[in-house]
Amino acid sequence: MGNGKIRILIAKPGLDGHDRGVKVVARALRDAGFEVIYTGLHQTPEMIVNSAIQEDVDAIGLSILSGAHNTLFPRILELLRQRGAEDIVVFAGGIIPEEDVAPLKQAGIAEIFTPGTSLQAIVDWVRQHVSPRGVKA
Amino acid sequence: MVTQARRPTVPRETLSGIPLKVVYRPEDVAELDYGRDLGDPGAYPFTRGIHPDMYRGRLWTMRQFAGFGTAEDANRRFHYLLQMGQTGLSVAFDMPTLMGYDSDHPRALGEVGREGVAIDSLADMEILLDDIPLDQVTTSMTINAPANVLLAMYVAVADRRGIPRERIGGTTQTDMLKEFIAQKEWIVPPRASMKLIQDMLVFGARELPRWNIISISGYHMREAGATAVQELAFTLADGIAYVQAGIDAGLEVDEFAPRLSFFFDCHVDFFEEIAKFRAARRMWARIMRERFGARNPRSWWLRFHTQTAGVSLTAQQPLNNVARVALQALAAVLGGTQSLHTNSMDETYALPTEEAVTVALRTQQIIAYESGVAAVADPLGGAYFVEALTAEVERQAWEYIRRIDDLGGMVAAVEAGFPQREIAEAAYRYQQQLERQEKVIVGVNAFAQAEERPIEILRIPPDVERRQVERTRRVRAQRDQVRTLAALARLREVAQAGGNTMYAIVDAVKAEATLGEICDVLRHVYGEYREMAVI
Repeated sequence: MGNGKIRILIAKPGLDGHDRGVKVVARALRDAGFEVIYTGLHQTPEMIVNSAIQEDVDAIGLSILSGAHNTLFPRILELLRQRGAEDIVVFAGGIIPEEDVAPLKQAGIAEIFTPGTSLQAIVDWVRQHVSPRGVKA
Repeated sequence: MVTQARRPTVPRETLSGIPLKVVYRPEDVAELDYGRDLGDPGAYPFTRGIHPDMYRGRLWTMRQFAGFGTAEDANRRFHYLLQMGQTGLSVAFDMPTLMGYDSDHPRALGEVGREGVAIDSLADMEILLDDIPLDQVTTSMTINAPANVLLAMYVAVADRRGIPRERIGGTTQTDMLKEFIAQKEWIVPPRASMKLIQDMLVFGARELPRWNIISISGYHMREAGATAVQELAFTLADGIAYVQAGIDAGLEVDEFAPRLSFFFDCHVDFFEEIAKFRAARRMWARIMRERFGARNPRSWWLRFHTQTAGVSLTAQQPLNNVARVALQALAAVLGGTQSLHTNSMDETYALPTEEAVTVALRTQQIIAYESGVAAVADPLGGAYFVEALTAEVERQAWEYIRRIDDLGGMVAAVEAGFPQREIAEAAYRYQQQLERQEKVIVGVNAFAQAEERPIEILRIPPDVERRQVERTRRVRAQRDQVRTLAALARLREVAQAGGNTMYAIVDAVKAEATLGEICDVLRHVYGEYREMAVI
């Protein structure tokens, strides 16, 4: 990625089809100048991690509204570690109860955006916390 | 979210962007003809309601959508809601069930019983309906891609209990077009889905005179970001496609059209929603009579269920949601709904607690029995503003329906991604308006508070998945395998030969084939749908 442009995989793990939020966020990030790849719906953790590595992204944004976050998020982080890609920043959003936020952050999710978050807040956060991983050997 | 210091302004257009005048006068409704455009309640074109006496004759059904965990958990909540005075059941299924996977499928991991109840086999359905009088309570099942399987299970439970099929009443959602457009829980591609729906329509017309086979739903499209006009237009265009499908399956329009029902969202713009409901009735009556030549007045009726707008609820200051839901529920009643689900204040966090769902039900009871609004049919009929807005919503919706007709109807429009794109555009536009504070959500982009008191939320017991998986495996281990496999093989033959799959699915369910096994046969015969992901 020689040009230093930040690449973000926006992914929808699990079976829920609520893609209003994920599409709005993907578009806002793209409009803010990031390169955005959207996986589409109903992705398994394996599919998401494969896409992230193939696309050589700097960050993964996960959206989930089904309540399966406590199962699927840690699995994605674990697969990233197994593939030596734990430097990819993972952030998330959706219907995630307050009390689940701290444990998920502890597990390695960098930030969790809950309902009502402004697009600008997400864009600003990505600008501050994600940098290009650089060309790999 | 940054707290806005300045006070927002009062909106000058509807939530969907229809400009509003400061006052409406007789000239705004100069073209309105009472007999042609309104009619009395109970008279064509039913703008003012489908019944002459409206809620005096029969109150709307208070139907709270519920379901979580295992069949035992959901059955307990149903009995609680019936005790509290609810008059009909409404079942929410979990994600694996909606997608046609059994609870032990790898893709079900972490999802079992979370957003609804897990139903894998007839054994689960028996427990779900335990002690529910199926000939007295009507049951609405929010199920689409595997609606045929869940309906077959319901029928099988009734058969086992000796309740005649003609006495069971309820609704399966079965609206796959809006799944491809908005809710996005699917199994087979659009045209195969339409074929399976045709099989259900024929089965329903022959076997289940009190069952609404399809609930043509705008709700999910609205929640996905559609405007009121888009919700109305796309829903009616979906309805046109289903009526055509029934006719193409060899049914007379009046044989099945009276059993079609609708499901709309009720969002927060009070008058726009009322206008939408009134326009919907007028448009559907004309579509059925003029376009399809239906002669039975019941075919002209647009009967509908309403749910208040989940998307309008805020995580911030959640008690404010009680006020939003009350306004939305009032609009649905003034719009003439036949049944109503009021959302609970805590649903941006999780499924509702018992306390929250009780407040939501009480909200309906206050509207019904205290407010007085149920006494008079279409109390806003004739109001200059309401009639002008009804006409404008209708005009814009016809424009969309014409565009969809030009694309070759809704199935072709869905395959081309037309409604999907229109809705995604509207959702993005709305979000930008929120960012600029051109639209206001109290407690979020205006009047925000830094400190929030956390509310109590429902937690799904952690052993739900294990208990459910165990039961499904036990069913598979203990059943008569030869009988099950023969029933599945028969279903495959029928599907491949283009026959009516519904009868074979009822037989497979009775032979204890699981939901996932039956859907696997359908996946094998028809292929699996994959969406072209676009942002």
